[in-house]
Amino acid sequence: MSDPREIVVHAHEVTKSYDGGRIPVLHEVSLTVRTGELVALWGASGSGKSTLLHLLGGLDVPDRGELAVCGLDPRTEENRLTLRRRHLGFVFQLHNLIPDLTVEENLRVPALAINRPRRETAARIRELAGQVGINHRLAHRIQDLSGGERQRTAICRALLNSPRLLLADEPTGSLDERTGATVFGLLKDLAERERITVVLATHERRFAEACHRIIRVRDGRLDEIAP
Amino acid sequence: MQVLSLVFTNLIRHRWRAMIGTAGIAFGVAAMLTILAIITGAIGMFQRILASDSHYLVFERNVSDLFFSSVTREQVAAIRARPEVEAAHPVLFGIVSAPDHPVITCFGIEATDPRLAKAEWRAGRREEFGVREGEIYLGSRAAEFLGARGGDTLAIGRGSFRVGGVFKTENGFEDGGVFLPLTEAQKFFHRGDAASVVTVKLRDERRGAEFKGGLEAAQPGVIALENREFNSTYNSFKILNFTGWAVGVCAFCLGGLSVANTMLLSVFTRIREIAVLRVCGFSSRQVAVLIFGEAAVVAAGGLVVGFGLGFALLAVLERVPQFHGYVQANVEPLVLLGIVGTAFVTAGGGAIYPARFASRIEPAEAMRYE
Repeated sequence: MSDPREIVVHAHEVTKSYDGGRIPVLHEVSLTVRTGELVALWGASGSGKSTLLHLLGGLDVPDRGELAVCGLDPRTEENRLTLRRRHLGFVFQLHNLIPDLTVEENLRVPALAINRPRRETAARIRELAGQVGINHRLAHRIQDLSGGERQRTAICRALLNSPRLLLADEPTGSLDERTGATVFGLLKDLAERERITVVLATHERRFAEACHRIIRVRDGRLDEIAP
Repeated sequence: MQVLSLVFTNLIRHRWRAMIGTAGIAFGVAAMLTILAIITGAIGMFQRILASDSHYLVFERNVSDLFFSSVTREQVAAIRARPEVEAAHPVLFGIVSAPDHPVITCFGIEATDPRLAKAEWRAGRREEFGVREGEIYLGSRAAEFLGARGGDTLAIGRGSFRVGGVFKTENGFEDGGVFLPLTEAQKFFHRGDAASVVTVKLRDERRGAEFKGGLEAAQPGVIALENREFNSTYNSFKILNFTGWAVGVCAFCLGGLSVANTMLLSVFTRIREIAVLRVCGFSSRQVAVLIFGEAAVVAAGGLVVGFGLGFALLAVLERVPQFHGYVQANVEPLVLLGIVGTAFVTAGGGAIYPARFASRIEPAEAMRYE
């Protein structure tokens, strides 16, 4: 019997290389991710995890193969924009928050892109900030935050427009062990609470093992292993 | 568009850069305002000299400048004899010098000239204008900078004149000039019986075409132009106006380059940030709007500062005694509108490349690059 859950990510024989094909990164990879799954792309640095996440997020386009994210082909600019605005949230290893802006101003950025009403945005910011414990930091500038607080802010920003799919690229990579565990726990809790599908790129086995599925990425190839 | 709220945030974050861009536009605005206001004021003053209580201006045909125009006594008489004419006043323009003041405008006029009636006499009497030989009359600003009073003797050119009177006129050129009775001026400038122009007041303004046609047919050596027609065709006015705008636009181009430089620097240092905006759902268009918005705010700031600077400078220039009252700034709404338009066009032009560059930043590439 087939899985009744909706397919969020469908990749079939996707290939990606850089420098005009001289640097192959992904070799005909196939992947299906369904609603509510927490999937770990686990592998060493340079294995192709981030490239796959960029393809799924429409930050880059594949050379070959079929790709559909939330039912949209990210090869067209229009679809990429729709995906980024309505369906996807990104968390990066380096938080990628805008320096000099306050936490609240940073969290407002995705709402500005879609002209979301201010009041609604403010309520959503308070809700998310409360859930990750940074509501007392909303008026602070990014440079005044700790690494963990910055990453929690980045998670809130990714979830602001209630995406269906969260793509997290080594979200704990720049944090110490304890803070990393806290941030991962928060990410997992929030994803479950908000019923968001998560694809997480990580090189840390402990975080991969805490996911529903582990997909090992090695030399640009995928290989599903039991959690 | 909520994206625009980021414009102010970004400018405040990069306030020094924003201030440099604003200063570039402000200097352009101030330069353009000052130059054009002075030129327009000067043209206005000259027009008022020519149009003093008259409808038509008559001068020698095909002459490059009114200073070289000669309208003879017979031609003046012919003008006065025309049935459409109520009054005709010949004026001879010349330049005289006094110790320490090498260029002073001299007006040769008749005692019946309306500008004498309109003037506020500070010394001497209008009725005595031209009665005694060897007398010169001074505009009040000229009297001030020449340090002369009624009854004093004044060295003008190679001659010496007694100051017969001092009067104040509203026109800066006239007020900073000296007046001689027409015949004295003709002798002084060796112009025979010629005047430079004749200002003509008609009995009925509607008979202008009849006057013009009749006069030009009878006196082919002269041309009669309605005042507004003269203002729009006189080459010197055109050249002055063009020069003013050209210098102003050049000043603005420098301002535009400063905006371009500032915006480009701003974009280059924000590549990663712009990539993040794209990841968060900003479209290329929204990124471009952001950059153009920043340029527009810089232009608006430059306009406010520039107008402040320009008006302050004009106020100072109008009060500098060395300018002999020749600076009478005239700020026309059209000039203000032109400056506002030029500021936004310049800032917008300066932002085209930065906006294009910013809107083409590919997020993944920008992140890898960083």
